[in-house]
Amino acid sequence: MGTELNPAAVNPAVVKPPSMAQGFNAMLRRDLVVAFRQRSDLVNPLFFFIMVIALFPLGIGPEPSTLQKIAPGVIWIAALLSTLLSVDSLFRQDFDDGSLELALLSPQPLFVLVLGKIIAHWLVTALPLILVSPVLGVMLYMDADTIQATLCSLLLGTPVLSMISAIGAALTVGLRKGGVLVAIIALPLYVPVLIFGTGAVEAASMSMAFGGQLAILGAFLILALAFAPFAIAAGLRISLNG
Amino acid sequence: MAFDNFAEFLAMGKHGAYVWAAYGISLLVIAANILAPILRQRALRIDIQRKIKREKLES
Amino acid sequence: MFATIKRLYHQFGSPRYFYDMTGKMLPWLIAGAVLLIIPGIVWGLAFAPPDYLQGNSYRIMYIHVPAASLAMGAYVMMAVAGVVVLVWRMKMAEMVARSIAPIGASFAFLCLITGAIWGKPTWGTWWVWDARLTSMLILLFLYIGVMALNMAIENAQSAARATAVLSIVGAVNIPIIKYSVEWWNTLHQPASISMTSSSMATEMLIPLLLCIFGFYFLFAVLLIMATRCEILQREQRSNWVRQLVENN
Repeated sequence: MGTELNPAAVNPAVVKPPSMAQGFNAMLRRDLVVAFRQRSDLVNPLFFFIMVIALFPLGIGPEPSTLQKIAPGVIWIAALLSTLLSVDSLFRQDFDDGSLELALLSPQPLFVLVLGKIIAHWLVTALPLILVSPVLGVMLYMDADTIQATLCSLLLGTPVLSMISAIGAALTVGLRKGGVLVAIIALPLYVPVLIFGTGAVEAASMSMAFGGQLAILGAFLILALAFAPFAIAAGLRISLNG
Repeated sequence: MAFDNFAEFLAMGKHGAYVWAAYGISLLVIAANILAPILRQRALRIDIQRKIKREKLES
Repeated sequence: MFATIKRLYHQFGSPRYFYDMTGKMLPWLIAGAVLLIIPGIVWGLAFAPPDYLQGNSYRIMYIHVPAASLAMGAYVMMAVAGVVVLVWRMKMAEMVARSIAPIGASFAFLCLITGAIWGKPTWGTWWVWDARLTSMLILLFLYIGVMALNMAIENAQSAARATAVLSIVGAVNIPIIKYSVEWWNTLHQPASISMTSSSMATEMLIPLLLCIFGFYFLFAVLLIMATRCEILQREQRSNWVRQLVENN
């Protein structure tokens, strides 16, 4: 500021709106900063994930063979539920303080900004959960190969879950009772990711190749990246403009 | 005709209970789907008529 | 041809024309449904030969299969109506889409219930995580999500548009869900007895086709009846609805 001449002051027509990449970066950085200032939102989904998984052995019994058998499903369903829990806060705050409307009015297409928000949200809520999953895998008696498959499948699958639940969150952001509704909307759409995610882990636990399942998860990720931001942007527009 | 008499038709081999239960439930679901709009239409018509009357009284 | 379709599209886009025309069409559609379903069911129940493997329990098929086909078709139709809602903002499509969801859901429910009842004598248990039944269950969940969203939003127009987005997302997902459930099914259990044998005798197939076509007529009747209610509700301030209500 001040060191260079502001072109807008000379000729307003010269001002170029920030590019799409700049809008994306700004949104990503802003959401990360906001998340790190409210650390409770950051750690709560993680603690939820750990606690749900820790309750399973208490409910079912500590036999290693049983736990090994249910481990893929337990880890995946816990990941799915904690995504669902955290996604309610994805647009809520921005909706309440009006910054979502500003995003809608900004020169960048809404889906680019939405993508930035979702990636920030995934980095903050899902990535820590993936990082602790090996520890939980050890507690559920997984072997090294299975833990590796769990890591890879969560890495590819949780962004898809975030995208899908963001669609639900976008459609319900204007409603008071959003929470359960998002779950009802998003859970049936999770099914393919759940099937192939647990499929990869199960294949690994039987020491079979799990590359195929990971490839399909990757395909889901590409599909979700390509189409979900448009659905989310459309949902936000409807929620805001009625 | 796949059955010799009416009693055999009702019995459906050993599966009478299953077949007739399935058909009975289907009949119920379809009847509910037919009745619901009929009742709703009637209620709506009464409601709209009442509104029109009220507006006439007011004016 | 194209001009005719375009004209029909615009005419049926008007709630009043839709109400008048469907009122005239309804008796014919009801007649079609009755004339197809009753012979189909009677033929299927009484005249078709028993199956050599399943005996008489297979006669549940004459409801199960049409209900399954309708539940799928209704979802696709709802998504198409959703596209019309979002792209052309047609009010009539909003009402049709809203009316489809409960009907489609009740057919999905019917398919699941008859499937469970059929499963008991065939497989020995009420429920088997069979690929088709499982994907039908998830389809029912999708319907429930659509209905819940539609009921939660108060403004009719934004409810319709939000539901349209969700039903399009769901329709894109249906094939993916179907194939993943099939893959999951082959992984977890050896091939089970499929409910409908692939090579069906003609005497069994003809009543089935009658029932499927008849159920499509029934669906048209139910949809038109529900949509007409929706029209009365949404258009109750317009003059033609008031005249219509006052005259009888």
